[in-house]
Amino acid sequence: MTPLLSIRSLTKRFGEREVLRGVSLDIASGEFLTILGESGSGKTTLLRMIAGFEQPDSGEIWMGDERLDGLPAYRRPVNTVFQSYALFPHLSVRENVAYGLRAQGAPRAGIFGRVAQALAMVKMSEFERQSPARLSGGQQQRVALARALVNRPKLLLLDEPLSALDANLRRQMQTELKSLQREVGITFLFVTHDQDEAMALSDRVALLRAGGLEQVATPREIYNHPETAYVAQFIGHTNILRAEVSGGVACAGTIAWRWGGSAYSNGTALFSLRPEAIRVVPPAETGLPSEDTVRFRARVATQTFGGASDFMEIVCPDGQRLRVRVPSGSSLEGEQRFEFDLLDAIPVRPAGSAAAAATTPSAGAPSTDTPSTDAPSADTPSADAPSADVTPADAAAAEVAAADTPPAGEGPAQ
Amino acid sequence: MSMYTRGYKAVVAVPPLLWVTVFLLLPYSILFCYSFWSVSPLQVIVHSWSFDNYRELVRNPIYALVLFRSMRIAATVTLLALALGYPLAYFLSFFATKRKDLLYQLVIIPLWVSYLVRGYAWKTILGSDGVLNGFLQYFHLTHHPVGFFLYSPFAVILTLTHIYTPFAFLPIYASLEHIPRNLLEASQDLGASPLRTFWRVVFPLSIPGVLAGATFAFVLTLGDFLAPLLVGGPSGIMISNIVVSLFGAAYNWPLGAAISLCMLLLVVGLLAGVERLEKKLSYS
Amino acid sequence: MTSADTKGQKVPRWLANYAAGVYAFLYLPILVLVIYSFNGQGIGGFPPRGWTLNWYSILFGDAELWNTVLNSVLVALAGVAISIGLGLPAALALDRTGFPGKAIFRRVVLLPLILPGIITGLSLLMFFVAVGMKLSLFTIVLGHGTALISVATTEIFAGLQKFDRAQEEASLDLGANHWKTFLRVTLPNLRVSIIAAALLIFTLSMDEIAVSFFLIGRENTLPLEIWSRLRRGITPELNAISTLILLFSIALIVVWYRLRTRTERGVQAAPALTPAGL
Repeated sequence: MTPLLSIRSLTKRFGEREVLRGVSLDIASGEFLTILGESGSGKTTLLRMIAGFEQPDSGEIWMGDERLDGLPAYRRPVNTVFQSYALFPHLSVRENVAYGLRAQGAPRAGIFGRVAQALAMVKMSEFERQSPARLSGGQQQRVALARALVNRPKLLLLDEPLSALDANLRRQMQTELKSLQREVGITFLFVTHDQDEAMALSDRVALLRAGGLEQVATPREIYNHPETAYVAQFIGHTNILRAEVSGGVACAGTIAWRWGGSAYSNGTALFSLRPEAIRVVPPAETGLPSEDTVRFRARVATQTFGGASDFMEIVCPDGQRLRVRVPSGSSLEGEQRFEFDLLDAIPVRPAGSAAAAATTPSAGAPSTDTPSTDAPSADTPSADAPSADVTPADAAAAEVAAADTPPAGEGPAQ
Repeated sequence: MSMYTRGYKAVVAVPPLLWVTVFLLLPYSILFCYSFWSVSPLQVIVHSWSFDNYRELVRNPIYALVLFRSMRIAATVTLLALALGYPLAYFLSFFATKRKDLLYQLVIIPLWVSYLVRGYAWKTILGSDGVLNGFLQYFHLTHHPVGFFLYSPFAVILTLTHIYTPFAFLPIYASLEHIPRNLLEASQDLGASPLRTFWRVVFPLSIPGVLAGATFAFVLTLGDFLAPLLVGGPSGIMISNIVVSLFGAAYNWPLGAAISLCMLLLVVGLLAGVERLEKKLSYS
Repeated sequence: MTSADTKGQKVPRWLANYAAGVYAFLYLPILVLVIYSFNGQGIGGFPPRGWTLNWYSILFGDAELWNTVLNSVLVALAGVAISIGLGLPAALALDRTGFPGKAIFRRVVLLPLILPGIITGLSLLMFFVAVGMKLSLFTIVLGHGTALISVATTEIFAGLQKFDRAQEEASLDLGANHWKTFLRVTLPNLRVSIIAAALLIFTLSMDEIAVSFFLIGRENTLPLEIWSRLRRGITPELNAISTLILLFSIALIVVWYRLRTRTERGVQAAPALTPAGL
């Protein structure tokens, strides 16, 4: 299925700084895709390039068979919801929403009807005649949304639209946005630095780091199968284990487990282990762990309140520190036994060593659970050859990453 | 405000208030009074109160004539100053990224150069053996000196436009600078071409600046008496020149005061009107 | 933050040319003046011939003119003293106190700048006559000082807005009284504003004609001297003095501008004030 928007190898430099490094991405029609990244990752620049406010130094942007990147902003079938809303202060709410319709010469008779419809959709009908200056932030944001949507663009860009709202309002707006997108069916391209927001709203998440895509996948996939250490650490909490692999055994300090991924047959590998995957072994239990369970000993250092569950920091005999999620209020001390399932130690590449896939998901829009872990995930076919712009964390890992992708085996696939 | 004692407040407020009362309010009041007095044939100010001066202004057509000419000149100068100042401000605000500071200073510098100097410069340019005529004759564009350049309303308008264009420029520039740039992006994002964006977004939001600039140019031109004297000649006389002569050779202070008071009321009225208009149009 | 760059926007050709044209219009007379101050044939005629410094040497020998320059400088300095001496408390009063008639006060103080100068000049003339004061440089000083108070007030008021009130509160909290606080905390913070205002007032006073016209006694100020010579006929010597005035003004404005925008980036600070006061 042809993607709605195809971004090919966009690069952009501001002076000395390379802000986007050959970013490629396909966006499917009707999907809600979020570009997630820290400040400075280039996400806003990318959005502005699609909107037409910046020009790429090289690369192309295609919508269907129309090339966008040469066109000025006012000729692109793309609308933007700005972070600061950018409502016209000298026009009423109604005139603000009607602005795009008028600019494109829509028939006069129908304009007010469409405006009313758009305002109803964002629940701002009663404010039609008001001046934007008298609206609250959340209200302005809805008007901005209506103003963009009323034009029925092929693609809607949202530049951190919720960042100025307080937490409760923000959550409320997230829900509304999501259902709005479903209702209207327009493709949303959403930019944020807030990973919770990204995970909650999106059909797919594209994680951008320092101008390059780290991973593009559904939220569940990106959480359960992070491709690089950066992804694992950015999304949710994790422990990164640096393990020596030889002879089918991965050994991270005093923790060792069976691991047969052939790519890592010898050398150092990184593994991501989420805190919730580590369990405390009750002192009473005396049996041996099952074949797929890994046990180790560590000393409890601190315990921090974490809402529904607590975080416990533990220290292994070799000094390695890990975080474990424990039930709220558990009072453990001293040396304890811990265990985790083999499959929860997910091998990850060092940050920046993945050239994220540029293809659309085969199944189109809504988010689905990823297939089980013993096949390569359908969402990111290995069109990603190891890229040239590798910035490995250490030399050994680079050697590892340069090898072939491992066949599906006992370890989780990449 | 409560950290300032009454003593503090008195010390800061009283001296300026006092001074302004003595040296501004009082003189303006005296002006007011003079306008109702008259002058005796022996050139003595007579303190008898009447509306005679005002009647004279209404009755004698020359005052209305000169006043209207002055207002026409002021309106022309204002329009020209806006026509020159607005595009310049627009260029500076939206397109001059690298040398913005320098270019801005370049607009202000003429303001600081003496008024007299600038008026005098035009005089040397426009005269019969001035630079302009010399230029035209040198390039054989004319064979005789052109007379109407100097000592005409044309010269007055030209000079005053030159002097007051920066005055018009400044508030327009300030208001253009205040327009958030993301509004322009939003406009284009919604499909409006740059031209439409200017007309529907930029220009409406710059109107307060335009009003301020126009007001300055108009008011200051109306009250100007130097340019007419320098380059205006008899046909370029403006209302302030009449006042000046009434305080000079044509010794009639009360009449001069009456005209001044009318000017003052006109200006104050205009300013108040513009201010009210600005409040209605202000969006921030 | 208000202004930002419109990156990537191309300048329409006609607009750039138009802007250049306006600049040319603004500077043409000035350039002509400067060039012709070196012209061997005096003013007028085209093209200028015979490069000479003759007019400048005549200028420097003209004692009478320099006398008036001295007068102007003295008047300007005194005017600065009065304007700032009253404008500073006025700015403080406007910023910190409420008193009956405050709004009216603010407007009345602004009047001399907005009204045509002759009205203020005339009014003061009638005032001095009524009071029986003889016209002289002193009356001019009073006139300038009064007319330019609001320049000082506006400039210093703007400086007060940028000033962190908490500093004064800290000073009072630590035991200094209002006067000490003013001397050691407020005043140093306002230094830039005060100097900028002083420069502006100085320049305005040096060039002031409208008000001075009516208040002049026996001694002339520079502009009035130039004026009376102009009535008699143009001499190239006047070109020379004009050029000098121009250079002097440019130097002052550069200093003023640097001061004015020193603490903040961008030009949005500067447009708040013009020689006519905004």
